Amino acid sequence: MQFNRKFLGHLYMVLFLVYLLVPLAVMSGAAFNASKLPTVIPWKGWTDQWFIALYNDARIWVAVRNTIVVAIAVVVIAVPVGAAGAILVNSISGKVRAILYGMMVAPILVPGVVIGISTLLFWHQFSVGSGLHLSVLGQVSYIASFVMLLVLARLQSFDQGLEEAALDLGASHGQVMRRILLPHLYPALGAGAAISFFQSIENFNVTLFTRGGADTLTVYVFSKVRSGITPTINALALLLIMVTLVLAIWYEIARRRKARIEAAREAEGRRAEDAELVAS
Amino acid sequence: MNDLLRRYGKGLTWTFISLTFFWLIILVILPDFKLLESSFRPYLPVNEIGGPKDVYSLNNYMQIFGNQVDFNFFGLHFPLAARIKVFVLTIFYSGVVTLITFVLAYPLSFYLAKVVSPKSLPTLFLLLFVPLWVSEVLRSFAWYIILTLKGPLNVFLMTIGVISEEIRWIDGYSPVVVTLVYAYVLFMLFPLYNAMQSLDSNQIEAADDLGAPWWRTHWRVILPHCKPGIASGAVMVFMLSAGSLLVPAIINSTTGNWFTQTIQGIMLEGQDWNAGAAFAFMLLLFCTIAVSVAMRVFRVSLSDIAK
Repeated sequence: MQFNRKFLGHLYMVLFLVYLLVPLAVMSGAAFNASKLPTVIPWKGWTDQWFIALYNDARIWVAVRNTIVVAIAVVVIAVPVGAAGAILVNSISGKVRAILYGMMVAPILVPGVVIGISTLLFWHQFSVGSGLHLSVLGQVSYIASFVMLLVLARLQSFDQGLEEAALDLGASHGQVMRRILLPHLYPALGAGAAISFFQSIENFNVTLFTRGGADTLTVYVFSKVRSGITPTINALALLLIMVTLVLAIWYEIARRRKARIEAAREAEGRRAEDAELVAS
Repeated sequence: MNDLLRRYGKGLTWTFISLTFFWLIILVILPDFKLLESSFRPYLPVNEIGGPKDVYSLNNYMQIFGNQVDFNFFGLHFPLAARIKVFVLTIFYSGVVTLITFVLAYPLSFYLAKVVSPKSLPTLFLLLFVPLWVSEVLRSFAWYIILTLKGPLNVFLMTIGVISEEIRWIDGYSPVVVTLVYAYVLFMLFPLYNAMQSLDSNQIEAADDLGAPWWRTHWRVILPHCKPGIASGAVMVFMLSAGSLLVPAIINSTTGNWFTQTIQGIMLEGQDWNAGAAFAFMLLLFCTIAVSVAMRVFRVSLSDIAK
């Protein structure tokens, strides 16, 4: 019985991974098919023409550049804003804190369509026209919430006594911030920057309503899928999946090396302890 | 607040406050007020804005009642406005998506939290994360390819002889539901896993020892413990599904319209921003109510959901 259940678990895990990965494989496979429509069946022979078409598609490279510029702008604004919000929430208590916290978390649950339209209308009344700058503002409004949650979680493990000690020893406020608080928050800020970057690249709803005429990658792919699809999109998809895979494998290798080093260090520590015991 | 001043001084404290102010007031609250205000204004040519015709009314909201169609809900027929029908169906099928992702993710999260050896966990999670990192637009596109009339699914089913002629998969709401499930199942998995992982395995063993069959252990011990995780995952998946524009628009099933597509049509094709604001506000209002109800039912707070 025990064995059976374990086996079923493994089987389900494998099936689930297959379910997650097969659509991506189908999509990537279509990038090499000579058929004019993006499909794997019927197979009309290998081709690299879609990759060449992708390379020669000027609009897509503009879209890639726009996407990266927007993502960097979002990181630059969302990380300090989210961190400031977390520090503020962390320093107060009671009812005000609950309200402030609620207001900071709520944007995550607001549909992107609503954020996009409200941002567009709000800035329009000040004669700020649509464009990628509005996309950045709209995206920051909910991406800052993710940063806030990460920084707030990190602040829970922060020993405020360190700040007291520094102040007692004559450190300035700037030094307390720079030398004590920020170093403690670096991991959360780094994770926040990464999440902001990826959330921004992924964003579609907010961007669609605020972008004006400019393209980002998701919007471009979307318009391409809606109007005459060619497997160029599949070629692009394959490239993006490859980038993801390389990053994932690199991360996994780094993690394993770290685990190995730690295990070795632990083993050495144990040996040293044993040796000490023997000596005494 | 005084604590903040003492630690970081005037300059830094004011920086924190003004950054937060910029975020919450300028980026979140004022735009939402503007959305509400615009939703009561009529759609006018530029030179008439601010003129005598520019008065507040509920006309934009009334647009949802136009155009009666027949609504067939599990065999019950009654007349209903076309846009209300889309709204109701969007909510209904978002619920279906949430339920399916829960059924798919529950066994897997149990497996990850209690069965598999902790050593292989990071690798498994990485494998699960890879599809999540691939853009949503591409994942929807992948399902569009699979489900098309001459696509791999039909060819595969015909080859193994399950069906004799091609099936039109992209019809009605089912292709949208299938793709949404694929897109958001991991948002159910991770909160469920987090909740299940915090359950002491001894409790499961105790239930086993006391003679509970496996399903009762799940029903009485594991499921109640996972409640915050279920609430978090369900709210997340439901909101993402109801607010998704990308997935239904890419699948483009003409008989399976999503409410966000209605809004997009009014805003970008009709260029009637004020009516768009009214519809967007209805969506926002509904989401707020849905989240509050979910919080009441599961007795969890916003911070549980945000985890």
